[in-house]
Amino acid sequence: MKAICWEGINKVSTERVPDPTILNPRDAIVRVFLSSVCGSDLHLLGGYIPAMRSGDIIGHEFMGEIVEVGPEVKNLKKGDRVVVCSVLACGGCEYCDREEYSLCDNSNAEPEWTEKAYGYPVAGIFGYSHALGGYAGSHAEYTRVPFADNVCFKVPDGVSNESALFTSDAFPTGYMAADFAGIEPGDTVVVWGCGGVGLMAMHSAWLLGAGRVIAIDQYPYRLEQARLRANAEVLNFKEVDVLEALKQMTGGRGPDRCIDCVGMEANSTGIEKVYDYAKQYARLQSDRPSVLRQAIMACRKGGTVSIIGVYGGLIDKFPMGPAMNKGLTFRMGQQFGQRYIPKLLDIVARGEVDPAYLLTHKLPLDKGQEGYMMFKEKANNNMRSVFAPAG
Amino acid sequence: MANAFKTFGPPHSNQSARQGQTKSFTNVGTSGRVLSVLGGAALAYYGWGRKQSPLGKSLATAGGYLVLRGTTGFCPFNEVLHVDTAHPETQGFEVTSSVTILKPREEVYQFWRQLENLPRFMQYLEDVRRTGPRRSHWVAKVPKNIIYKEKLTTIEWEAEITHEEENSLIAWRSLPGSEVENSGEVRFTDAPANRGTVVQATISYRPPAGAAGQLAARLLNPAFKELVKQDVRRFKRLLEAGEIPTIIGQPSGRKDENY
Ligand SMILES: NC(=O)c1ccc[n+]([C@@H]2O[C@H](COP(=O)([O-])OP(=O)(O)OC[C@H]3O[C@@H](n4cnc5c(N)ncnc54)[C@H](O)[C@@H]3O)[C@@H](O)[C@H]2O)c1
Ligand SMILES: [Zn+2]
Ligand SMILES: [Zn+2]
Repeated sequence: MKAICWEGINKVSTERVPDPTILNPRDAIVRVFLSSVCGSDLHLLGGYIPAMRSGDIIGHEFMGEIVEVGPEVKNLKKGDRVVVCSVLACGGCEYCDREEYSLCDNSNAEPEWTEKAYGYPVAGIFGYSHALGGYAGSHAEYTRVPFADNVCFKVPDGVSNESALFTSDAFPTGYMAADFAGIEPGDTVVVWGCGGVGLMAMHSAWLLGAGRVIAIDQYPYRLEQARLRANAEVLNFKEVDVLEALKQMTGGRGPDRCIDCVGMEANSTGIEKVYDYAKQYARLQSDRPSVLRQAIMACRKGGTVSIIGVYGGLIDKFPMGPAMNKGLTFRMGQQFGQRYIPKLLDIVARGEVDPAYLLTHKLPLDKGQEGYMMFKEKANNNMRSVFAPAG
Repeated sequence: MANAFKTFGPPHSNQSARQGQTKSFTNVGTSGRVLSVLGGAALAYYGWGRKQSPLGKSLATAGGYLVLRGTTGFCPFNEVLHVDTAHPETQGFEVTSSVTILKPREEVYQFWRQLENLPRFMQYLEDVRRTGPRRSHWVAKVPKNIIYKEKLTTIEWEAEITHEEENSLIAWRSLPGSEVENSGEVRFTDAPANRGTVVQATISYRPPAGAAGQLAARLLNPAFKELVKQDVRRFKRLLEAGEIPTIIGQPSGRKDENY
């Protein structure tokens, strides 16, 4: 079959590789209909996630059809149309029991990496480096899905492939960000980043009772989506002083809930930008945390900072004093997809939110490099490139 | 790897043949040999699978060395150090690893007590068969040669359960005179707040005595620690998830590897 493989920094290539087979009793094989790029992949492309090996098949947000199941798969059968959660979960450990699926004890096939780096191993994720299990990703004609009963969700009739796709990763991630923000009725919620994840966080903030949603980015076409689709007030951080603007907009009080949907590759301006790039380049910090710093500074006293943009390692100049003295609450994590996907599929089926608009460019697997570069450069008003192996 | 074999060739190689007739060709005692093969294989397996990392590389190298030492009865370091360890040895070392499993204590205990289950999660065990109420026959698979590791050789020994407390403890020991000297003890206790069962496994080995033996023990200890830890984790995964996750055999763009 064809698959998109990571080759090195900013380089992917479409290769012929063997078809996947059932390796464990709970495995299923999914024929991939749609597989999306994600902001998380940019961290792989940028070389910020160690433990990538050239030849690794990438891609983690996908949907398709079951073509084969292992002997211990109970709830799925050949022909089922499913969306597949990006995060693998065994269903039997303490963390799965708590519905903290991305903390699953057992789904990472190469637990030694994160056990050393983080103290304890974290869950496996499709196509997201050997630190997160080394699993072959979904930008391929077929993908093996371990623990299939816990990772595949049947798509309700009447929900299109395009609408179901983003309930794999972008929507549950954005929803968890809003959920973790602890929104109370009428709260002012600020979302940094108007990519797929940020936009889904805005829709979710409304669903969870926000009174006001403010979106921050630098790309006018993305801010436009936030305004039109997610009913947000928008700020361009290249044009305004974000901290000052947020203060003005909230009567000097500050926003209640601040959500970071940007993560370790945040762009910034001025001296902070030079400083963070230089440090990241010199490997003195692995992540560029300008959004996180800004969110902490912007947040009202006693408010919440919810971090769903991904960080991998160390950050520098973390404003601990402001966080501590303002009594902020922090929540963060890789998405607990399995907790939210059934509910989100219902929301999509009822037409309350239709994430299909994130799909701006549908491409064949052969256009892997082109699809990724367009997404990375935010060219052609690209929100998400989505590969459709069968056309 | 190949270098280790070239540099430290066994006695029939030219290099060692020059060293005269007074020296025995076998300077490693029996249990040292077997432990070397077993430990070396484990070490090499562990290291080989991770040969991308520096730790993996050094483990694979150390493992290759120990396999060589075990299968040939010849220790290049002994040769260099002029140490003969083919005498009864005294000191042992042990590795302890614990894990919490979200299953009732009875279930966890019974699974382990059914010794036939051990090869399902212990990576180097091929087969365990009960031969009496307390006795069992153990078979381990180890590669003859680290480079052609598909050529497996087996080592067998007898063990007996020395102590047992229903749902709390199992201890076993290899019988005197068996090829491999080792023992183990596993404790099962309730985790606090109904969070399942804490399993604490202690595995003991007897390395060969002498300077090289101690060196081997020091080399081995971290690798065995890792191996025991991995096996205990595999036990947890088998019980909680019903299987042990793997990526071996999946597709990738690398033509020379099967994951
Ligand atoms: N936690 C999870 O489980 C999970 C899952 C999926 C994605 N993510 C993370 O979410 C983040 C966003 O993903 P995405 O797919 O939306 O990516 P994306 O690249 O499409 O969007 C990121 C956006 O952030 C904007 N941005 C950069 N610097 C900014 C700044 N200083 N202030 C405001 N906006 C800024 C960019 O212009 C861009 O539009 C990534 O870090 C990704 O890794 C996390
Ligand atoms: Zn993602
Ligand atoms: Zn789990």
